[in-house]
Amino acid sequence: MEAAAKPQRQMVRLRGRSYVAFVFVPTVPIQDWLQEIDATIARSPGFFAGRPVVVDLSSVDLSQSGIGHLLTSLQDRNIRVLGIEGVEEARLTPMMPPLLSGGRSCVVEQSAPKKAETKAETKADAKPTSLLLDSPVRSGQTVIFPDGDITILGSVGSGAEVVAGGSIHIYGALRGRAMAGVNGHTSARIYCQKIEAELLAIDGFYQTADDIDDALRGRPAQAFLQGNTMRITALY
Amino acid sequence: MAKVLVVTSGKGGVGKTTTTAALGAALAQRGDRVVVVDFDVGLRNLDLVMGAERRVVFDLINVVQGVAKLPQALIRDKRLENLWLLPASQTRDKDALTEEGVGKVIADLRGRFDWVICDSPAGIERGASMAMRFADEAVIVTNPEVSSVRDSDRIIGMLDSKTVRAEKGERVEKHILITRYDPSRAARGEMLTIDDILEILATPLLGIIPESQDVLKASNVGTPVTLSNADGAPARAYLDAARRLCGDTVPMQVPAERKGFMDRLLRRRAA
Repeated sequence: MEAAAKPQRQMVRLRGRSYVAFVFVPTVPIQDWLQEIDATIARSPGFFAGRPVVVDLSSVDLSQSGIGHLLTSLQDRNIRVLGIEGVEEARLTPMMPPLLSGGRSCVVEQSAPKKAETKAETKADAKPTSLLLDSPVRSGQTVIFPDGDITILGSVGSGAEVVAGGSIHIYGALRGRAMAGVNGHTSARIYCQKIEAELLAIDGFYQTADDIDDALRGRPAQAFLQGNTMRITALY
Repeated sequence: MAKVLVVTSGKGGVGKTTTTAALGAALAQRGDRVVVVDFDVGLRNLDLVMGAERRVVFDLINVVQGVAKLPQALIRDKRLENLWLLPASQTRDKDALTEEGVGKVIADLRGRFDWVICDSPAGIERGASMAMRFADEAVIVTNPEVSSVRDSDRIIGMLDSKTVRAEKGERVEKHILITRYDPSRAARGEMLTIDDILEILATPLLGIIPESQDVLKASNVGTPVTLSNADGAPARAYLDAARRLCGDTVPMQVPAERKGFMDRLLRRRAA
């Protein structure tokens, strides 16, 4: 890797970063284990789509061709293997995903999104993904909808709170607090017809009334995240 | 069909008790049978404003607890024969109000009167929630200042969720009554404007009562302001509000600063 970097004059910045990946631990007989995977895919199609997957071969003893066969089987199921763990490097060919080590398990974090995902996938039709309120949200009231967007036909009073997993749309004045993207949804936005908010928050980044530009007060505005900063701009 | 009306605000000192007495008297002056009920247990005031403090024997708590019968606790007004008062207890506190007991008293009053006007205590605790619990309509008393308006917004939220009507999926009809409106301060931009208040609260306006010495004087002598000085600006505003409550269409008067001949003369001199 360094050899590749040297001939170029340009600085190549290498940074470390960790990601959460699913770890597959195939067991013998491999055919049964694959059937188990098929069953999961049948229950929620697309469950593994676009997800990084690492195969841990420590509990099976596969030859080089055996590993190759397993990888092809996974590829046939649209599962992309990012790395392999728990096997000597000698058994891997250069065409196979690289050998990984030093992985740490984070069971809790890993299983929680897994469960949520299964539910969301299977009940997608039954569960509404937006909440519509056609009356004002009064001071002291809290509206919480972690599953998606909230639309309010009316104003949000001073001292009221609106909390959404997705975006918040207010067809009226926003005088209270609005918190969008509470589940880590960074692309969530807050829209209102008249901004007089006490607090705006998106995915944990917030601004209080003091931070909001006076020139925007009382005007239609939107708030969104740009990297790690919240931007508030006039709508029209 | 009897109507239960709660006069409420959230904030204290905005004029709930004055309004209860004035609207009660105004409705009684129209010929309706009216009872005003004091829910401010422990800090009762309505008896004083109604001028009935010397005649209190039994009170709301006694009736709620079954110690006294309703007719024993009702006090008839000396000036208007179809205006009655059900006073609060001064020695007890608001925990003595049970939902069942209050419900029974209100149901009993519904059978005897055209209007049951409940004077709510300030705050959002038990006393206030019991006063609004069985209401069909609500008058939200608001002063033209931000703290009062925000508290009113909170109370409207409670009226829409914590009343028997709201829980049955029906609506409590709500009206905003702006009190202590000072035209000269409004002209100088020192108060919230009527439009600001109505925009924030998104609720129809019942009336605007101007700030006036009449109101204080009336309270001190124990007479509802609509009886003490019926020609004064606050009394007329309350009488108009009572007519609107009964469904009449009365044009809204926004109190304006009155500039007399002498004022103008003096101003010119000063300049």
